Amino acid sequence: MARQVLRRTFRAAAALLLVTAVVFTLLHLSGDPAYVLLAPEATPEQRAMFRARYGLDQPLPVQYVRYLAQVVQGDFGQSLSFQAPALGVALQRLPATLELTLAAMVLAVAVSIPAAVLAARWRGTLFDRLMMGITLVGQSVPTFWLGMMMIMVVAVHFRLLPASGRGGWAHLVMPAVALALWLMALLARVTRSEVLEALEQDYVRTARAKGLTERAVAGRHALKNALLPIVTVLGLQFGGLLGGAVMTETVFAWPGVGTMILDAILKKDFPVVLAGVMVVAIGFIIVNLALDLLYAVLDPRIRRA
Amino acid sequence: MSGSGEQVGVVVAPAVEGAAPAAAAPRRRLGGVVGGGLAILAIALTVAAFADAIAPHGYDDQDLAFALQPPVGVGGTWTNALGTDALGRDVLSRIIYGTRTSLLLALSSVLLAGAAGVTLGLVSGWAGGRSDAAIMSVVEAQLSLPYLLIAIAFMALLGPSLANLVIVLVLRSWVVYARLVRVAVLSMKSREFVTVAVALGATDGRILFRHIAPNVLAPALVVSSFQLAELIIVESSLGFLGLGVQPPTPSWGSMLSQGREYIATAWWLVTFPGLAIIITVLGANLFGDALRDALDPRLRTRAAPGRGLFRRLVRAIPSPVR
Repeated sequence: MARQVLRRTFRAAAALLLVTAVVFTLLHLSGDPAYVLLAPEATPEQRAMFRARYGLDQPLPVQYVRYLAQVVQGDFGQSLSFQAPALGVALQRLPATLELTLAAMVLAVAVSIPAAVLAARWRGTLFDRLMMGITLVGQSVPTFWLGMMMIMVVAVHFRLLPASGRGGWAHLVMPAVALALWLMALLARVTRSEVLEALEQDYVRTARAKGLTERAVAGRHALKNALLPIVTVLGLQFGGLLGGAVMTETVFAWPGVGTMILDAILKKDFPVVLAGVMVVAIGFIIVNLALDLLYAVLDPRIRRA
Repeated sequence: MSGSGEQVGVVVAPAVEGAAPAAAAPRRRLGGVVGGGLAILAIALTVAAFADAIAPHGYDDQDLAFALQPPVGVGGTWTNALGTDALGRDVLSRIIYGTRTSLLLALSSVLLAGAAGVTLGLVSGWAGGRSDAAIMSVVEAQLSLPYLLIAIAFMALLGPSLANLVIVLVLRSWVVYARLVRVAVLSMKSREFVTVAVALGATDGRILFRHIAPNVLAPALVVSSFQLAELIIVESSLGFLGLGVQPPTPSWGSMLSQGREYIATAWWLVTFPGLAIIITVLGANLFGDALRDALDPRLRTRAAPGRGLFRRLVRAIPSPVR
């Protein structure tokens, strides 16, 4: 187990290196920050000074190696548009993203798992077919459109909730619901098919034969065994959403990691983009490692493998 | 990334190892559902192909005197059945031409991604060793990245051309094909028909393309349908951020982004293009679902390999575009 985690970490580090190299190259292909960030009337000398100051006058591989050397020491460089360390700018938005992601996930789990277990138990009934229909629609609705519809109806027309920004609970409701709808659909489908799968197993027949109620069979025996894939889906989506639900954040002007990196890209604030992508990628790696460990907890067979 | 390749392994392996033959589930009645999804897709394709004949107006016919006209039934007229935008352009016509843009982009990207992903997946699964490691580490690296941010960076930094848009869309999907096909090949490698082919002296190419590829085709087809749905959403998302197809070419995403400014006054501008997206995406998802139920060998025979492989892999992309 420890060896496996170590191997995974090593491969993750290699992937991270590849990732930063790609992003680095992409950023530098895109143009000269000395033209983007300095006023149009800046003199060539001023531009040259700017490049020298941020090391932009060096060849690309040199810049990359230098950058890596700094990163290893915990220095992600200075933001070009804010007078602050790039890493700080990137980390500052993390709480908002975590808040939105967790709220959406809790909502999705609370609604979709019970609904999906029931749908699996009552397979083929009207309830089941209705559920499947709803989830299919839920997966087909773009979240940013749903967000706009909610703003239009709830915030603009009925004036019930604030349309944008982050503040108290009232601000969280709409973005969380918009994001959760899609998660619900995904989770409900996975849960239903996994529980159905589990319901066909021998231990379920045993459980039924010994006289357990259908409810105990589906809710305890089948759901427990379906948990691994469900947790996987949840974990992967959580890891993915660490980069911010960019569309949801944009529509609701939610100050999360997604909108931060989006802004930094548009402003060509390279150090912040790199720091942001790196924070997100490292977060994703940690979530994945945590998932592997969780598997071992959930399924003792994996511990022995 | 800590091994998304492996991740799939983890997801699939326990189930495969402990595979008790699943009881043959009753086959769903196909007709209705396949028909529904297929009908929607067929209509969308027809609209896209004959946009010039169907659209009542041109997509860029401006008439400021008729700006922000409401749809028919709420104060508008049949001349502009779904209303007009701030420049007096007909919303219905722009949605119709937008169908062409979205479907053309999504379809061509799915085809390209499928070709690339299936080929790389076949190589990865069959050859193993270094090429497998190389391909899978690229897959892992990509999956550890927030896709949408990379797509945004790509479009914003290299310019929102059509070619770049296709590259970004292909980037989204090839991974799905590559992983699915690789796992499918791995699960088939040890089966009798492959062993027999090897024993009979068939070349690698022959085994791959005559014996394995046909078996991979069914899942790839199902994936294509879901990816079509996914790419329509990705394309409209990029359009919404202003990084998709550039004006005056209409696309659903950019219509929504322009309509956003009038969210308080002209509800039809954000409502109808969104409905167009939902209906088309729903069509592709319905079709994929029905196709999967029809093609999933698990539902047909008891001794299907890789129990539930389909179901798990078909939709397993982290990094949602949401």
